[in-house]
Amino acid sequence: MRGRTARPAGPPGEPRRVGYLYVLPGFLVYALFALYPLLRAGWLSLFDWDGLTLGTWAGLGNYAEVLTDERLRAAFGHALVLMVFFAVVPLGVGLVLASILHRARVRGLSFFRTVVFLPQVVAMVVIAVSWRRIYAPDGTINSVLSAVGLDSWTRGWLGEYAFALPAVGFVGTWFETGLVTVLLLAGMSRISRDLYEAARLDGAGPVREFFAVTLPSVRGEIAVAMTLTVIAALKTFDLIYLTTAGGPGHQTTVPSYEVYRQAFELGRVGLACAIGVCLTVVIFAISVVITRLGDRASD
Amino acid sequence: MSRSRTRTFDRFHTRTVLSVATALGAGIVLASCAPGGSGGSSSSAAPTSAVKTDAASLGDVTLTVWDQEVRGGQEKQMSTLNAQFQEKYPNITIKRVSRSFDDLVKTLRLALSGADAPDVVQANNTRSQMGEFVKAGQLVNLDPYAAAYGWDKRYPESVRAVASYSPDGATFGSGSLFGMPQVGEVVGIFYNDAKMKSLGINPPKTWADFDAALETAKSKGEVPLVLGNLEKWPAGHVFGVVQGRYTKADDIRTLGFGQPGGSWTTPENTKAAQTMVDWVDQGYFSKGFNGQDYDPAWQGFSKGTGVFLIAGSWLQADLSTAMGADVKFVLPPAPEAGGTPVTTGGSGLPFAVTNTSENKDAAAAYIDFITSANAMKVLAETGNLPVVETQQQTAADALGTDVFTAFGTVSTANGLVPYLDWATPTMGDTLGATVQDLLAKKATPQQALEALQKDYADFTGQ
Repeated sequence: MRGRTARPAGPPGEPRRVGYLYVLPGFLVYALFALYPLLRAGWLSLFDWDGLTLGTWAGLGNYAEVLTDERLRAAFGHALVLMVFFAVVPLGVGLVLASILHRARVRGLSFFRTVVFLPQVVAMVVIAVSWRRIYAPDGTINSVLSAVGLDSWTRGWLGEYAFALPAVGFVGTWFETGLVTVLLLAGMSRISRDLYEAARLDGAGPVREFFAVTLPSVRGEIAVAMTLTVIAALKTFDLIYLTTAGGPGHQTTVPSYEVYRQAFELGRVGLACAIGVCLTVVIFAISVVITRLGDRASD
Repeated sequence: MSRSRTRTFDRFHTRTVLSVATALGAGIVLASCAPGGSGGSSSSAAPTSAVKTDAASLGDVTLTVWDQEVRGGQEKQMSTLNAQFQEKYPNITIKRVSRSFDDLVKTLRLALSGADAPDVVQANNTRSQMGEFVKAGQLVNLDPYAAAYGWDKRYPESVRAVASYSPDGATFGSGSLFGMPQVGEVVGIFYNDAKMKSLGINPPKTWADFDAALETAKSKGEVPLVLGNLEKWPAGHVFGVVQGRYTKADDIRTLGFGQPGGSWTTPENTKAAQTMVDWVDQGYFSKGFNGQDYDPAWQGFSKGTGVFLIAGSWLQADLSTAMGADVKFVLPPAPEAGGTPVTTGGSGLPFAVTNTSENKDAAAAYIDFITSANAMKVLAETGNLPVVETQQQTAADALGTDVFTAFGTVSTANGLVPYLDWATPTMGDTLGATVQDLLAKKATPQQALEALQKDYADFTGQ
């Protein structure tokens, strides 16, 4: 056993440097497919480059444009609005749904869980195309409105300046609610029965029980759900591309759509990279905040 | 205590070493200088070696061709012509890669900058596509081939203009020829003939007739003008037609090709924008047009919704199949009686030869073959609109005859004006969004034209 004292220093269980070697294969893949493209994008963002001819050094000019161009700033604003629809609303709905399903011990729970989760399984392209039909001037929503005599409420939902962004956002709500609900249900199923019993003995009603027992116990799950949905909101592209293409006017452009537009339609690869880097920074910052809040809560 | 410090140091040390290494590695990779530096430096000057037009003598050659002729008649003409070409020149093998238009636009940029680019590509006429490729020296200047094959005689100036750039890619609409289109396109007015008859409306010969027809249709409870504008660009075509009513063809050309010296904020353009707004006020367009898909809109028209549809000749085959003799196509009325109609149009995507191609002569021979007089005949037979010698061809159906006549008339009378979104790399987006703003009354005609003017002036440097 003496031969195994090759370990140089440190108490048992202390990570050894050789550990880095174990990490290396994974790190290499990660570096090759995530870090290198990220650095490369950061580098490209410092150039005025059309993707074809020799680029010229632009310094931080592209970043200045991201911050000053009204339209690009608006795109980030729209992404924040979408965050409400993709993350905040699903969280609210998900909490209510999950606690009802959890409390009521409904018969066929797995069936409901599947139904609620179903949107997550369908490809976003299919979802976008279907919702485009639903929102069309002669689509499902308007037919229903006409049928119940609300003809004056009918409109081309995706073409109306006031409604386009909320309409797209609602698709996000529908899409993410299932994920959030299922995550929360999983969290709630781990809560010890004793806690509820204790709360009930202390005379807590369903609402009190929810705030005193359920909510604090699923903080970890909430943090995970928020991280996933917020990232989904910020990087949403396919939904916008397929439903409104940023229209009407520029009411529904989002950063990732601008990345595509600048790089592939306008040939401004440098600016597109700058938008992408900014988006990465924003996503990273928000994720850190959410994780921190989640960690603090679970301590 | 000391141990803990060592540990901290150790960890710090390791981390520093690692991050320095990473930074160095990244630095080495990144030090590869400005992007786009390597390759693609070949100039777009005309080939110096003599042009060979005898394709049979070129030896065994494989040509990779990227096209977007994937739908119905387009696919049929392409495969027919390819088969004929292979039969005539067994030494040349065509490797055809066809993609949808959207797909082609997205992938062509990357494909051209790669090492094994295709030999022949179908590139959109626009500045953001063909213009950029010319600027980057990726397309072959076809002038020598045009002289050798006589393209400059068969193709009228107005058609060659839409595939011509100055060799630096800065000027669009003149300079050297960089591509050869097969088909023509023209935006005009489709109308439901059966419905017109039952409403007692005669086909409009003047703009006043057209206004009256719209009003009659509205008063009889029909949708006068079918429009689906969710995609942003369809209303741009309607605007192009209305602009032809007020603005001179040459002025529109200056704006459309993005050449300096024009202006959007003229009284004529203002009238055109105001007319669009008036049509919205009168309720002439389909309800909720900004939220309506383009395809369902014209499909609705083909099933009997609405009286008029301002759209391009590309809908001819589908509308003819669906409506038979009930649908007709006319050019927009001339600005004044007896004048020339002015309308948006141009060519389909031109075929171009890439500079990385090792068989430029064979590529040019292929392009010559698919744009020859025989090819025009095949195009007409397969329900396409031949870009030249149009009126000598027989169309497949009555609507096709309407379209052939319209295109022949307007292209020979010099009434064809370019798509407005060709003007600048950003104009497609600006025009789409601005016309949406205009029609939704988020912008007044003045504000809308100022937005267009800004895009145009920023680009032309006025």
